[in-house]
Amino acid sequence: MSKTLVLSGYGLNCEQETKQGFELAGGKADIVHINDLINGTIKLADYQILAVPGGFSYGDDTGSGNAMANKLRNHLWTDLVEFVEEKKLAIGICNGFQILVNLGILPGLNNKAGERQVALLHNNTARYTVRWIDLEFQKIKSPWTQNIETISVPIAHGEGRFFAEPEILKSLKAKNLIACKYVQGEICTMQNLESNPNGSMEDIAGITNEQGNVFGLMPHPDRALYFTQLPHWNLLKAQFKLAEKPLPKYGPGLKVFQNAVNYFK
Amino acid sequence: MIHRIEVKSKHLDTRAEVRKKQLEQTDFGKKIQQIEIVDVYTLEGNFSEKELQQIANSLHNPVSEIAFINQPAQVNQFDYAIEIGYLPGVTDNIGNTVQEEIEDLLKRKFKTEEHAYSSQITFIQGKLTEQEAIQIGNGLANPLIQRIHIKNFEQFQKQKGMNKIVPKVKLSQETKVDLVKILEMTDLELEELGKKGIQNKDSSRRGPLALSLDYLKTIQAYFKELNRNPTDIELESLAQTWSEHCKHTIFAGPIDELDKGLYKTYIKGATEKIRKEKGAQDFCISVFTDNSGAIDFDENYAITHKVETHNSPSALDPFGGAITGIVGVNRDCIGFGLGAKPVMNQYGFCFGDPKDAQPLYKGANFTQKMLSPKQIMLGVIQGVNAGGNQSGIPTPQGFMYFDSRYKGKPLVFVGTVGLIPKTNKYKKLHEKKANSGEYVVVIGGRVGKDGIHGATFSSEAMDAGSPVTAVQIGDPITQKKLSDAIVKEARDLELYSSITDNGAGGLSCSIAEMAKESNGCFVELNKVPLKYPGLQPWEIWISESQERMTLSIPKEKWEKFEELMNQRGVEATIIGEFMNTGKCEVMFNGKKIMELDLEFLHNGLPKKQLKTTYTKPNFPEPLIQEKENLNSDLLKMIQRLNIASYEFISKQYDHEVQGGSVQKPLQGKGRVNSNATVSKPLLDSDKGVVLSQALYPGYSEIDSYAMAACAIDTAIRNVICAGANLKKMALLDNFCWCSPTESERLGQLKQAVKACYDYATVYGAPFISGKDSMFNDFKGFNEIGESVKISIPPTLLVTSIGVIENCEKTISLDFKTENDLIYIIGETFEELGGSEYYRMIEQGLGNSVPKVNGEKNKQIYEKIEQSIEKELITSAQSIGLGGFGIAVTKMSIAGQLGCEISLHELPGTVFRNEYALFSESQGRIIATINPENKKEFEQTLKGIAFKEIGKVTGNNVKINGLNGKEIANIPVDELTQAYKKTSRDY
Repeated sequence: MSKTLVLSGYGLNCEQETKQGFELAGGKADIVHINDLINGTIKLADYQILAVPGGFSYGDDTGSGNAMANKLRNHLWTDLVEFVEEKKLAIGICNGFQILVNLGILPGLNNKAGERQVALLHNNTARYTVRWIDLEFQKIKSPWTQNIETISVPIAHGEGRFFAEPEILKSLKAKNLIACKYVQGEICTMQNLESNPNGSMEDIAGITNEQGNVFGLMPHPDRALYFTQLPHWNLLKAQFKLAEKPLPKYGPGLKVFQNAVNYFK
Repeated sequence: MIHRIEVKSKHLDTRAEVRKKQLEQTDFGKKIQQIEIVDVYTLEGNFSEKELQQIANSLHNPVSEIAFINQPAQVNQFDYAIEIGYLPGVTDNIGNTVQEEIEDLLKRKFKTEEHAYSSQITFIQGKLTEQEAIQIGNGLANPLIQRIHIKNFEQFQKQKGMNKIVPKVKLSQETKVDLVKILEMTDLELEELGKKGIQNKDSSRRGPLALSLDYLKTIQAYFKELNRNPTDIELESLAQTWSEHCKHTIFAGPIDELDKGLYKTYIKGATEKIRKEKGAQDFCISVFTDNSGAIDFDENYAITHKVETHNSPSALDPFGGAITGIVGVNRDCIGFGLGAKPVMNQYGFCFGDPKDAQPLYKGANFTQKMLSPKQIMLGVIQGVNAGGNQSGIPTPQGFMYFDSRYKGKPLVFVGTVGLIPKTNKYKKLHEKKANSGEYVVVIGGRVGKDGIHGATFSSEAMDAGSPVTAVQIGDPITQKKLSDAIVKEARDLELYSSITDNGAGGLSCSIAEMAKESNGCFVELNKVPLKYPGLQPWEIWISESQERMTLSIPKEKWEKFEELMNQRGVEATIIGEFMNTGKCEVMFNGKKIMELDLEFLHNGLPKKQLKTTYTKPNFPEPLIQEKENLNSDLLKMIQRLNIASYEFISKQYDHEVQGGSVQKPLQGKGRVNSNATVSKPLLDSDKGVVLSQALYPGYSEIDSYAMAACAIDTAIRNVICAGANLKKMALLDNFCWCSPTESERLGQLKQAVKACYDYATVYGAPFISGKDSMFNDFKGFNEIGESVKISIPPTLLVTSIGVIENCEKTISLDFKTENDLIYIIGETFEELGGSEYYRMIEQGLGNSVPKVNGEKNKQIYEKIEQSIEKELITSAQSIGLGGFGIAVTKMSIAGQLGCEISLHELPGTVFRNEYALFSESQGRIIATINPENKKEFEQTLKGIAFKEIGKVTGNNVKINGLNGKEIANIPVDELTQAYKKTSRDY
């Protein structure tokens, strides 16, 4: 069974629900404080999956994810690079995505891991925004995204506007690394909301590295694990009852975690 | 050496765009052509060129930003540069993070003389006058905590950029302890001492002790007995412990015929009676004794709740006051028992009208201008945003309420629900006891001059490097580290015996409070970690610097505890020992500077007999012309501040974090703000927590008893409609009053507290925690310089919390399906006194406030519980402010579906259509059902007043009046736009 390390500490705060995602998917997951990795009490190498969860590491000071990325770079760089090169799986969700981007692990084009190539900038409203969005997964080779088409999950961030210079963007497209995009789907249509919640370039919500084993995204699949988390579950319940269909228990975000856990089966 | 690193965006900076849009709303906004924002990090210390380059690299993202080291950022053409940074001693979270990043990068600690500070420059292109530039600066900064530095283009060029400013705290005076010669003081001198504080050598005063003459005479007598004068720290300590804030003398003291006082008779009295009646069904675990109240959640867990207010600080610095409030009440959760985990935040704001631009001044001659209601509103909202979001605690539930009488003093309610296992393998976790011989340990942030009895200070002194004392800014990340280390690790390793929060009164209150458990304490103040040197011992003792908790740690567990805290980046320090001496002893520089008997410290204050009077006023009912068509009234009502959408708050307060959101703050396709929310604190369990609240300050001046009754009834009804039940429901009371020295105000208070007893006991919903804030009056000057007093309306916030078995049965408010049948449950009377409708037509308050029939309403709520349990109801909404018309309109907007309603034969007694639509009669609920369930639903409701009044339809809200004729017919689209219009620009 796959073992996932869910990072915690210094203001990361979605470790519990991220762990829940991997466990509901049938895997095992441990929440590990970053300092326990730094001092060697716990070894990253003992795990198959690394999850950098959402949160507010260092209060977003000096740029979301930047300070935590600095800490990881200063202390755990070699371990991280080895982990990624061994084709193990890693995911960064929201603040975790910002951290992986600032570390230069995502997208890490042209084997230049460590060089920052894209950025997640202040939302176009310049305000922290919480809402649900529709996410269309692209046909790419990453284990994280297999067999997922369009799902609805929430976002919650102040700095999630994806940005890249034209040549980087071209490479991301050419190498098929754009993993998911904001689209006008069920939730946006129903709640009459703009599909792109933050002004991201080309509606990009998530990307992978060239090997496809590292995946980062701003939206939170960890907050859509159960049916009752959906913003319209009461409406669906009324419809299911009319159609005499049973209520589902789980939510659409679970698929992402199942993909990772099943990859190691 | 002072270094400056400036970071600017290479591409579109949305912060600058948004700021431009905001500034465009000012009178001279059209002149502004462009805005650019540059972030500045000022470093004091010796760093090599290479190190500075490394530091700059680590502080910016080269994809989107450029950094400039010791040279001004190259920006576009501009006319003014406005730099805003913090004043000395104000918490600079970004500066602190920068220091931590640099230390980690260079692998060395900062020396004491090395510092990092943050500031920000706004470059403005536009032909503004200097005065206009200053006005912009004042709008962007709060001069109480921030410095503003403005240069025009020529000055900037000539001086090669902005100045290198280091807001370092310099305290040069020597630290010492003064004796206060109280034994010789006359009554007049004692009064002066109480009002203005201890006198310094230069005859200045240290700020109010707020001790009344009879208290000071008791203190004088105590020291006469000891045959010595008190030290300054002893007097300051007594002032803190005996303050209204800590002792709640108005609620605790004997009042009229009630020897036990209001709190014991009516609040605690209600809870005791309810618990007794519930017997084996009693679900209270810990009430009134701890930092929060706790009730049963399931076999293994308890749920805690606490709601606090942070009003005065929020009037001065809305952002700082609100963030300190929310992060502070989180510590009431972490400090419950041996530590509960914060799982939900709750908020409530009372503001003046944000469109009110008439200024108020604290000082005569137009000095000390107050912030406008809009500035206060936006700052407070932003403060709870930062505090709640950064702490990773969801904030699903809250409200805003507006009344011009909150203009001088806003109310900021903040609450936190916690989750705590009932036991670990050793003991019950809601019990704690500091034992004699254990260490007194403080963890978390360091102590500075922040929040020392809101002392006044001159701006001159501030420029000279003295820190700002009155205002604090929360540091959520420091607290998050502390919180995680305590409730996720140390608690379950059994590393401490007791814990409490450092809030009001700082160490003086937290340690003295815990010392009651062991019967004594001994503290060495030199050991307390400080933000900067030079604090006086009495300042260290009473400082309210944030993010600190005090623990009692058995000596043999210290090593393990310290190691764990080190590992988690939390500072922990032994500062003394708990004793069994009956005394509170404090040492400084090897000398004993305080020795007070605990008994005197806690119980020495004399009791005050309070007397009340109460005259029930009689306001004439407004005479309103009857109208045939109420379309325009309905549209106007839905836009009222107290009724309209506040989606912009719900959209910026993270309510999804921790993954437990079930019923959200915005519901349905139309995203309508709901009265109640439901969350799952344990992801693996189907059980949930339902939260709501209610308040009716609009009724207070008419009938404060009815006001309180309505608040309780509505708070309960709101959670019932979401799926809670009366068997497991608790209440919290927050009284915010005014002028408590006036017997009539006390009379209103007594009426309100009595209503709390009467209705809590009828519904069997116990109070588990509460708080009062008595002095909410503004005394100052208006826009033409006249002296004014603005008192808030007496305000009681009732918070309701219910525990439910199955979240899948909870209900949202939006209409679901066309042809669903619509019912009204409960009776409507002509009760519009103080209502939103009367307030809208502005022809007087009226006298007909709603009366609450608790026995009858209880039956209604139980029938609704049964219907929800049987899954008969598809949507439900409690009728509150604005009455039936507003409640049904919101259900339509939420579902983006219309309805056809007939008010013919509406249950109750009502003769006019306006009253039928907008009466605020209590105990009423609107529910929809699938027509198939009609028979079963009506069978379930047998015995209570209800009526099928219409059905869900396509596009319009169409209402036929009492006589069957159409009185309103409006497309849902139009109503939706009206509902959202009020807050569209926030």
